[in-house]
Amino acid sequence: MLLIRCPVCEMDRPELEFRYGGEAHIARPLDPSKVSDEEWADFLYFRTNPKGLHVERWRHTAGCGRFFNAVRHTVTDRFVTTYKSGEPRPDLEALARKLESAR
Amino acid sequence: MSDATITAARRSPLSAEASSLGGVTLTPGAPLLRLILRGAEAAEAADTAFGADLPRRPNRSATAGERAALWLGPDEWLLLAPESDAASLPASLASALAQAPHALVNVSHRQTAILVSGSGVEPLLNAFVPLELTEAAFPVGMATRTIFEKAEIVLWRTGSAAFHIEVWRSFAPYVWELLEAVRRENAAN
Amino acid sequence: MNAPFRTEAGGRVDRARPLSFTFDGKSYPGFEGDTLASALLANGVHLVGRSFKYHRPRGLLSAGAEEPNALVGVGRGGRYTPNLRATQVELFDGLVAESQNRWPSLGFDVGEVNDLAPAGLLSAGFYYKTFMAPAGAWKSVFEPIIRKTAGLGVAPQEPDPDHYTHRHAFCDVLVVGAGAAGLAAALAAAGAGARVILADEQAELGGGLLSERGATIDGVEASAWAERTVAALRANPNVTLLTRAQCFGYYAQNFLGIVERLTDHASSPHPDLPRERMWKVRAKQVVLATGAIERPFCFPDNDRPGVMLASAARTYVNRYGVRPGSRALVFTADESGYAAALDLASAGLAVVCIAELRAQADGPGARAARAAGLAVHPSTVVTGVSGRLRVTGATLGAIGPDGRVTPGQTVACDLVLMAGGWTPAVHLFSQSRGKLRFDEERQVYLPGVSAQDERSAGACNGTFGIAASLAEGFAAGADAATKAGFAATAPATPDVKGEIVPAGGFHGAVPHHRDPQKVKAFVDFQNDVTAKDIKLAVREGMRSIEHVKRYTTNGMATDQGKTSNMQGLAIASDALGKPMPQVGLTTFRPPYTPVTFGAFAGHSRGLAFDPIRRTPTHDWAAAQGAVFEDVGMWKRAWFFPRRGEDMHAAVERECRQVRASVGIFDGSTLGKIEVVGPDAAEFMNRLYTNPWSKLEPGRCRYGLMLNEAGFVMDDGVIGRLAADRFHVTTTTGGAPRVLAHMEDYLQTEFTDLKVWLTSTTEQWAVIAVQGPNARKVLEPLVEGIDISAAAMPHMSLREGRICGVPTRLFRVSFTGELGFEVNVPADYGQAVWEAVWAEGQKHDMVAYGTESMHVLRAEKGYIIVGQETDGTVTPNDLGLDWAIGKAKPDFVGKRSLTRPDLVKADRKQLVGLLTEDPAVLLEEGAQVAAVATPVRGTPALGHVTSAYRSPAAGRSIAMALVAGGRARKGQTLYVPMANGAIAVTVTDPIFFDPKGERLDV
Repeated sequence: MLLIRCPVCEMDRPELEFRYGGEAHIARPLDPSKVSDEEWADFLYFRTNPKGLHVERWRHTAGCGRFFNAVRHTVTDRFVTTYKSGEPRPDLEALARKLESAR
Repeated sequence: MSDATITAARRSPLSAEASSLGGVTLTPGAPLLRLILRGAEAAEAADTAFGADLPRRPNRSATAGERAALWLGPDEWLLLAPESDAASLPASLASALAQAPHALVNVSHRQTAILVSGSGVEPLLNAFVPLELTEAAFPVGMATRTIFEKAEIVLWRTGSAAFHIEVWRSFAPYVWELLEAVRRENAAN
Repeated sequence: MNAPFRTEAGGRVDRARPLSFTFDGKSYPGFEGDTLASALLANGVHLVGRSFKYHRPRGLLSAGAEEPNALVGVGRGGRYTPNLRATQVELFDGLVAESQNRWPSLGFDVGEVNDLAPAGLLSAGFYYKTFMAPAGAWKSVFEPIIRKTAGLGVAPQEPDPDHYTHRHAFCDVLVVGAGAAGLAAALAAAGAGARVILADEQAELGGGLLSERGATIDGVEASAWAERTVAALRANPNVTLLTRAQCFGYYAQNFLGIVERLTDHASSPHPDLPRERMWKVRAKQVVLATGAIERPFCFPDNDRPGVMLASAARTYVNRYGVRPGSRALVFTADESGYAAALDLASAGLAVVCIAELRAQADGPGARAARAAGLAVHPSTVVTGVSGRLRVTGATLGAIGPDGRVTPGQTVACDLVLMAGGWTPAVHLFSQSRGKLRFDEERQVYLPGVSAQDERSAGACNGTFGIAASLAEGFAAGADAATKAGFAATAPATPDVKGEIVPAGGFHGAVPHHRDPQKVKAFVDFQNDVTAKDIKLAVREGMRSIEHVKRYTTNGMATDQGKTSNMQGLAIASDALGKPMPQVGLTTFRPPYTPVTFGAFAGHSRGLAFDPIRRTPTHDWAAAQGAVFEDVGMWKRAWFFPRRGEDMHAAVERECRQVRASVGIFDGSTLGKIEVVGPDAAEFMNRLYTNPWSKLEPGRCRYGLMLNEAGFVMDDGVIGRLAADRFHVTTTTGGAPRVLAHMEDYLQTEFTDLKVWLTSTTEQWAVIAVQGPNARKVLEPLVEGIDISAAAMPHMSLREGRICGVPTRLFRVSFTGELGFEVNVPADYGQAVWEAVWAEGQKHDMVAYGTESMHVLRAEKGYIIVGQETDGTVTPNDLGLDWAIGKAKPDFVGKRSLTRPDLVKADRKQLVGLLTEDPAVLLEEGAQVAAVATPVRGTPALGHVTSAYRSPAAGRSIAMALVAGGRARKGQTLYVPMANGAIAVTVTDPIFFDPKGERLDV
């Protein structure tokens, strides 16, 4: 069972308290009616599937109840960082370099 | 909503009675007035009206007399007060908060309390709760939603060896029976 | 009764507490502190099992967790546990054990013909070669035969009467293994103030120290030092000592699984004690002190009962006071073999000689053995043994300078000990994802680069001997405590005297002079894999050790190759002519030893498997004889049968009475969400298809919720209590999903809105009163609410009191009749229900359950989300376009409704189906076709979503999703069934009161 740091509770908490919420930073178009069918389908159905760092949404369901974002490594299943919803997406390349140099 | 004029019979979701075994006492909580207050902007006005400063720090509680405010989220508090406040407190809070956007919802009957205390309380709860419960990790006054096996609860440490569990009413017998089962195990050890 | 092979004194068994047990029905004596294995040996029983494939007689190989042969079934009835290692089964008075995989008896086993089968029949890869053809024969012929003859114990047929429990635990330092290194690590860490958990799989802490004879620590026997140390640890409140606790898995972030056995060792345990406790430990730092496993030698007939690991013999004689034989031949390539020989000699066994595989026999062990008068023969191997059910002798061979073996003398003996060197137990380290490194000099894998906060100490780290293990354990404990935040220094290592430190070792098959095609030299005892099999696998093209493993099944049995993996690797490496690290290493997977299903399940079984959620009026319904159905975790009253009624009769009566007069129904499980805040209406506009801005307080509206893809995900009646407050209801099963969906949009998309959501599902008991007399029933009970037709129209909501209790009273209907839903605070639910029921008796009120609710709503064509929908259904498909606020600029799912796929004319649409024969009831889920006998492969036009006998319509009714269904009204379609197609006519999905006249009264 992983420990996940909740950026709102500011604590490491057990994985059991969390729910996965899909890829992060997929913004809903502000005016969907102005979006083409192709763009809308892309928004609905298409996601990245990287080998390596993945930015994703999690919710501390059985905790503070807040959605937040996390960078998780899809090969090692390790959480690299977590941050509050609304904060900017971290520089993944810089994070990857940092991980590489820490090895 | 609940007040002294009601004559209809009230039935608690827990029919069990308080008992002690192996150094742990389990007690079904008495009825309480329970309010969920949402909205960070309303907190300041609520501090005065409720009589206890609503905690701004995550997973903490504040108490004043028999009233307690538990932080559940950054804009979410569970307010607990004695039944005798049921007639007046919701209204006085609502009028004090009138100028600040907020939500105040009465959940007195949504959930019930199970009080667990005694020297063996940490290992008992840790049969089902995945959080570290030493006083260093979960000090007196800490409160949080968490998992109790397959139920969700609010766990609030009220004393060095005392916890107050808030659980939705239909899950209360499940939580009570599991606590009872492990209490028997630990007593037999 | 005296056990013939028990020593006169010594050992750690309690000779004052004699016990009695049975093995294969025969009674034997033992002592408290024995294992089943030691007690059997004390009685001269070596034959304990039959092998998996060849049914060869097998004896005890080891004295620990690595035991491959002595798998036994223990207990009776539901408490029977198969496949336990006799070396780990603690003896208690009355223990009942039996051998496995033999018929009719252990001594005479018909399956042994397999051992005489022509060479090659059951050799490597036979699973793949033999059962290739004909197709289908695997399931019908081969598998049943294999399952019958090959195999292990049999699972018990009865439910397990024991119970199991879990414990989450947290510590600064977890020490796994309580031998010299583990005890030292725990001492050092606890001494620095760290919270320590020390876990060991055995009943007594001390590990190898308990099997020592002669070695002293600080002037006392090693076992006495262990006792003293354990006592000191036990006195420290920061230390948790777990005995009989197998650490079986090492997971991410220093999370380790430990199973503690609590009752298996006791003859009459306290009934409240769980059989096992699963510890889920999160440790800041971990010290692995898991020891090493001695390697057997791979020589012909090395599996005969009486051939045993040298360290095991040492444990039996020193720790358990048991002589594992009378005349022992010791075959060694390691100094530790001499220690065993010396201890056996001191216990009065005749040591025939010591065959030393190595050319040099002048190490400390050999010198001590010679000094004690034991014969040591260097460059000598065992090339075979005589005796089938028990060793009677052994043949020696001499290794010449050219490496060839010349046959030597045959010696009479009843015990052949093997000291092939030690394999560090790196299983947990490897599970932690640490990288192993290969030690060229000793040809073993050792912990290399750590992946987690752990370190290894003692034999599992390649550090052998008591003194060195203590020193490394102290250092590891101090290091762990320091890294966990304590000021720690390693204590000074005590003075150790008189030990023979293991050194040496051998890998691969022992050379011999015999015809390799005619002998069996076992590598994996439990899966019957021989050296020949591994060589054959290489010849047949296997190159990677992972392929060799799967082809031969080496290491794939329940012991996971503890004594065979390295041996198999060495033989494969030899056959491939490549060094071991280049051949690879198979993965170490959890669990280290088998873990019971019970331990994983814990309390989650039977009635406690899931929470059972009951409504506030459950007890009333139960007292009325309701039959309940499971809806998610809820128990809902399904129907209320009267004497002699089946469900069909009860439902027909309930439905008729509701439409004729009035019924009462428990709607408490409906999800409820209170949406509150200045932007509540705008939030509702965005989350539901319907418009909400103009809904007046005190009025209700049917709400339809879509997901972003445009498909219906939930529905329910929503009441507006105030400008800034809505009372939302959801489906019973959808409540958590809908709240999570709303929170998602509120927190991550519509962050501009000032509105908050609170679940009130369990705040309210919901009492539905439905039927033409509903108003008459409620009128005398409500206070402060005018419920007349003029004052309270259909789809309205009032707050007031009922029976003195505050209520939110909805005028809504899910039956098509005049109806109310009384919401009261849940603790008052039953009291108010009983008052309504009492008043209802004046109007012939009926209590109805979910089945009648379904029939009544289907008669009206009301959908149920999850029954008429399956996640691919749009509002238009359901004929619910009227529920869409077309003027709204946006709502969740709106954009998707104009995607090309969602506006196709041939989409499946909700229609009614009437069978030609009104008595015929369609089956829900049945497919709908255009012709009675469609050609195979024809796609279905759709499927039946609901089908009931309708009392109101006086016939069967059904709803279905049918491609282009609305344009097919009046057409005849077919529902093909196993016994012929049923002709149906397509209709509107409304079967009763199509104009809704009964609602508006």
